Amino acid sequence: MLALTKENFEEEVKKAEGLIMVDFWSEKCEPCKALMPSVHELAEKHADKAKFCSLDTNGNKRLAMSQKVLGLPTILFYQNGEIVAELCNEISIEDVEAKLLELA
Amino acid sequence: MAEVYDIIIVGGGPGGLAAGIYGSRARLKTAILQKGKPGGQAARTEDLENYPGFSRGTTGPALMEAMEEHAKSFGTEIISEEIVGLDLEGKIKLIKSKSGHEYMSKTVILAPGAVPKSLEIKGEIPLRGKGVSYCATCDADFFEELDVVVVGNGDAAVEEAMYLTKFAETVTIIVRRNEGDLRCNKTSAERAFANPKIKWVWNSVLEEIKGNGLVDSVVIKNIKTGELSVLETNGVFFFVGTVPKTEILKGKVELNEQGYIITNDLMQTSVPGVYAAGDARVKYLRQVVTAASDGAIAAVAAERYLAEEEGLHKSS
Ligand SMILES: Cc1cc2nc3c(=O)[nH]c(=O)nc-3n(C[C@H](O)[C@H](O)[C@H](O)COP(=O)(O)OP(=O)(O)OC[C@H]3O[C@@H](n4cnc5c(N)ncnc54)[C@H](O)[C@@H]3O)c2cc1C
Repeated sequence: MLALTKENFEEEVKKAEGLIMVDFWSEKCEPCKALMPSVHELAEKHADKAKFCSLDTNGNKRLAMSQKVLGLPTILFYQNGEIVAELCNEISIEDVEAKLLELA
Repeated sequence: MAEVYDIIIVGGGPGGLAAGIYGSRARLKTAILQKGKPGGQAARTEDLENYPGFSRGTTGPALMEAMEEHAKSFGTEIISEEIVGLDLEGKIKLIKSKSGHEYMSKTVILAPGAVPKSLEIKGEIPLRGKGVSYCATCDADFFEELDVVVVGNGDAAVEEAMYLTKFAETVTIIVRRNEGDLRCNKTSAERAFANPKIKWVWNSVLEEIKGNGLVDSVVIKNIKTGELSVLETNGVFFFVGTVPKTEILKGKVELNEQGYIITNDLMQTSVPGVYAAGDARVKYLRQVVTAASDGAIAAVAAERYLAEEEGLHKSS
């Protein structure tokens, strides 16, 4: 998974083509860390269907808020730079996979 | 044939981890099945001040990390699985996971804990992750120099509000009760009253959360006068209690009306060989220390049950 920052977000997400999944997380967010291994598995399993990225909100808070993310964990899907779907609060990996397959 | 465990524990919060420590230390083949990372609710609170032995210098995540390490050191297997089905009636219990695995065990300890309750007031659900939160440690950083509202006045609400003051500019606590009357412990209440960042709205409830994309205000109702007022805010944190995570147990073990598992003093449920521990039980006090205590009792009771079953087996 590609680690996003405020430096590369524009290039890798906003200006990028195709389907992109971004997993917003932070070190202090235990539910985020609980979800993470299964997100990585999902990224491997469906490597051909989308670009998979993660964004540590620590240090990138303003960037997260510009994407209207104000709670963790949040997973956003972008299609050609636009947000097309979002999952937040009690996220199950099954929901993420279903959304991915629906959009891919 | 697939292996049969002596004890399988469902849930890796403090209840499940303590059961793991006692089970594996008794040289029983013990596994904890936990969805994602262990630690449970206790890993979601930063300031944990009342677990005996740690007056300063531990946090929820650090304590839970230590409990996990402790359980593993005696040989508890911790397996990342979400349990979706149980067949508890036979001598060998079957535990089914979402990934399609089926585990077999002679005894089961249920420690699925609880999840935050939502009030489902207008705007709460659509604005989740947009300023509505149930987890201060997860989301507090977002609210640096911003204003937040806290709903609730029990221990968790007041203690998490104090934590939020390290980040937010103001933290307004909305309390249904009369001025000065809080449900939380006296120490926390005194500290909160002394904290200049905390503001209070008494005799009131949250009526609605508003915002276009992100939370921008809340509507508060005074329950004495019926008067409605609007307060601008960037976030709303709910700490209004929890609900047991026992949907998968319906019809399997006896639950009370609210869905809590009914046990006796030995943590036995209505099914022989099946025990429960922690917040998911009917009990007086839901804390880390009592969850750990339940786990210890459940594992020892399971050990005795296994010994008796073994004895019966030999004499028959
Ligand atoms: C905000 C907040 C602050 C708190 N502060 C304190 C405090 O300061 N001091 C204190 O003593 N207590 C505090 N508590 C209470 C304390 O966290 C709980 O009492 C304690 O964590 C309960 O432990 P448990 O093991 O019963 O359940 P939990 O901690 O809820 O853990 C249960 C685990 O089981 C897992 N699980 C559930 N169902 C399944 C399934 N089907 N398959 C696999 N895994 C499953 C869950 O993912 C979870 O990890 C606080 C609680 C909250 C919410």
